[in-house]
Amino acid sequence: MSSIVCKDLRKTFQQGDETITGLDHVSIEIAEGGFVCLSGPSGSGKTTLLNAIGGLDTPDSGEVTIGSTRIDQLSKGELADMRLNKLGFVFQAYNLIPVLTAQENVEFVMQVRGVSAEERAKLSRSILQEVGLAGMEGRRPSQLSGGQQQRVAVARAIVSQPALILADEPTANLDTHSSAQLMDLFVKLNEHHKITFVIATHDVRVMRYAKRLIKMQDGKIVSDELQEQQPMAV
Amino acid sequence: MNITLRMAWRNLWRHKRRTWITVSAMVFSNLLLVFMISLQFGMYRMMIDNTLKAFTGHTQIQRQGYNDDPKIRTSIDDIVILADDVRDSLGSKEVAARGISFAMTSSEQRSYGLQIVGVEPEYEPNVSSLPGLVKQGRYLADMDAEEIVIGSVLARNLRVKVGDELTLLGSGREGSIAAGIVIVSGIFESGSADIDRSMAQVPLGYFQSLYNMDGAGHTIVVNTDEISRVTELQSRVAGIIPANKQLEVLNWEQLQPGLKQAIQADMASAWFMYAVLIVLVAFSVLNTQLMSVLERTREFGVMMALGVKPTRLGSLVLTETFLMSSLGLSIGIILGIALTYYLTIAGFAYPGMEEMAERFNLPARMYPSLSVLSILLGPGIIFICSLVAAIYPATRLFFLQPVIAMRAV
Repeated sequence: MSSIVCKDLRKTFQQGDETITGLDHVSIEIAEGGFVCLSGPSGSGKTTLLNAIGGLDTPDSGEVTIGSTRIDQLSKGELADMRLNKLGFVFQAYNLIPVLTAQENVEFVMQVRGVSAEERAKLSRSILQEVGLAGMEGRRPSQLSGGQQQRVAVARAIVSQPALILADEPTANLDTHSSAQLMDLFVKLNEHHKITFVIATHDVRVMRYAKRLIKMQDGKIVSDELQEQQPMAV
Repeated sequence: MNITLRMAWRNLWRHKRRTWITVSAMVFSNLLLVFMISLQFGMYRMMIDNTLKAFTGHTQIQRQGYNDDPKIRTSIDDIVILADDVRDSLGSKEVAARGISFAMTSSEQRSYGLQIVGVEPEYEPNVSSLPGLVKQGRYLADMDAEEIVIGSVLARNLRVKVGDELTLLGSGREGSIAAGIVIVSGIFESGSADIDRSMAQVPLGYFQSLYNMDGAGHTIVVNTDEISRVTELQSRVAGIIPANKQLEVLNWEQLQPGLKQAIQADMASAWFMYAVLIVLVAFSVLNTQLMSVLERTREFGVMMALGVKPTRLGSLVLTETFLMSSLGLSIGIILGIALTYYLTIAGFAYPGMEEMAERFNLPARMYPSLSVLSILLGPGIIFICSLVAAIYPATRLFFLQPVIAMRAV
């Protein structure tokens, strides 16, 4: 399901009288189990492409297909269901729900999916342990460091066992150590759970983890290369 | 506990001060409504009770058509026998027969027209408070005695006192002249200047002889202990009276439509004030929830990005309002019951109440009537209006775009 095909995507934004081109006839294919980094300077179209793939934003023209589903043709409700059941998101600013504990944040999405309370508790504890947060289940986001919050966000993203995780600048607010830990976790999930990763970043250290590096500029893909993963030393 | 419920409860306390201000507005309004509505119900109950006990009674047996067009000829034959039958059948002494007509009443110096009511002296005190309001002399004692009790205003106008003679001149049932001389046995003060000025009572036997009624009269008053049982009483009495005599049983609302209308008018004006209060509370809730939704736009955007549908987010906002309103409702009702219960024992008076009390023949202190209806009616409406007020902030979530919402600061 996780193969991604984008055909001739175009997306523009209106900023006053000026029309900004976010995506300029972008076409890519990402195979299942891929570990792809989208890189480029601010405004190059990385996040716009990520949002289009995740169904958070609708392109002006072009097609986005995930597995066998044309997501640019889905209704808002169908898109929400797809995001809930098939995708995981990791954001730059963690975006945890501040009034819920780490475990409750992870459980929240499962509850929306209708998972039983017993199953939720079991899964959320196990996932938090996997991301190295055992013993911190009862802490609220304000009681966790940036790295820990991002791990909770990752736990929330992977708890539903999605085939595809979209991450937007996941290490932007993390120190080197936490960044390396997070990226190691991503690699582990990619290798062990065969989860496809598409990561938008302008952090060179993160790009080293990618098996495929796509560079963007002014809404266009300027290079698309396969590479050896080179994890940073922690 | 369900995570949505937990989130809703915790969200309320993200801005404690704002939540408490809104809850306080609800508590105050609920307290006020419980107290005011209970007081209002208590006041109406006393008004009805006192007015009916003064004269009209809870129900009356009359000849059909008498209530709409009270003519002396529209009478009930052998009224005393029928009243005895009703008393026996009901096993109650709160039954009394009356005859009603008009006469020009003259003292040595002055003349006034007034309503003459023939009563059974033995039973009238059981259905009317008037016999107990005789302040000078005594009430009527003998069924056939040529005596009269008059109101204090009439006594002043006619310049008579107890023991003086009055001449009655009216028209008998068959058009003959009804004339008689009676002795003033007592003077009453009902608290209502109208009654004290325009009504007098004589024994029913004398009334029948004066107006050539041949044993007839006009109404049989039947009372009950509890006003809420009037409908039941009305049906029972209707089953007792003979079917072939063209009689009917009327309740107090039919006998005194003005009283009910006065209560309805007062209730309408009071509810206008309550409506203003309810609208203010609803706007306070609307403001709180709208601010709460606006400042959490980013959070809602994230939840939508995770796949949460707007309906669930809307239900979260409504759950928050439900919890906040429940808190306001519970505290407001508890305080409202405590205050009102205290006043049901101690009574309540406000400036200007004496005038009103005199006008409506009420006691000088009011006693609220605490009931399930008076407790739940006002707070229930506030609760529903608060939930309705939260619909607008909740529906805003249906128009959120996750990408735009997540950019909100």
